[in-house]
Amino acid sequence: MKSAVVVFPGSNCDRDLAVALEQVTGREAAMLWHRATEIPNDIDIIAVPGGFSYGDYLRSGAMAARSPIMRAVADAASRGVAVLGICNGFQILTEAGLLPGALMRNAGLSFICRDVKLTVENSQSIFTSRYDAGEAVTFPVAHMDGNYIADQETLDRLEGEGRIAFRYAEPVNGSAHNIAGILSDAGNVLGMMPHPERVIEPAHGKTDGRRLFEGLVETVAA
Amino acid sequence: MKTRVYVTLKGGVLDPQGKAIHHALEGLGFAGVNDVRAGKLIELDLADDVSEADIDAMCRKLLANTVIENYRVERI
Repeated sequence: MKSAVVVFPGSNCDRDLAVALEQVTGREAAMLWHRATEIPNDIDIIAVPGGFSYGDYLRSGAMAARSPIMRAVADAASRGVAVLGICNGFQILTEAGLLPGALMRNAGLSFICRDVKLTVENSQSIFTSRYDAGEAVTFPVAHMDGNYIADQETLDRLEGEGRIAFRYAEPVNGSAHNIAGILSDAGNVLGMMPHPERVIEPAHGKTDGRRLFEGLVETVAA
Repeated sequence: MKTRVYVTLKGGVLDPQGKAIHHALEGLGFAGVNDVRAGKLIELDLADDVSEADIDAMCRKLLANTVIENYRVERI
């Protein structure tokens, strides 16, 4: 089981994500710089970290989505490799077209940095198999642009196809349908604003996020 | 050749920044402001042989996120 973390100039959750992946896979995560044009064939899990890639210039995630590594990530995703984008990683995946919709400025215009309660909506995905459907979990959020928006048809499709992985238990940032995380059509790409990698060991105060990584490794290995 | 690209939020998309500017204008005592929408102006200095189609592709591929934004090109 090999994992990789993509690193952009301005990423700042890349190390946390690598530590989380290393703890559950037992192997060092490969760190892939944004200029890389290829992802090694033996990588099973690609993680796109949070942060402020390219200083959030133009739009959050816009520049990173057009960087060379993201073409390789899109290729890998189309081959079925698991791709997990967290926070800025979610913004990058929507900008790159790997996930539908867009993440706009928070409705309250403030940067939101606190723990939030989420509901696990879909426990059948490769990312959420260790959770129960409807389970309440608490993950931290830390973002300025987490206000998920998509046209009605897309929202209906996400709802109908069970592609909303996580929902905020109460409004946080203005997101349509309180969406906190969504899955791709094929189910192998997850983008979410909250940070599971920040709650994986008792020293973090909570461990709700650990099962996301454990479940992912378990299902990908199967 | 100088070209301006105006990027604006689509009609149905809520604009929290525009709303905040609107409130601030009202706070300053300006009456009669019905609505405010905030957008971006991007100025490009282009070679003469860059086609309209190229500029359109630039807008679609990077300058605007067409999920939420419209764009308008003005060659000056």
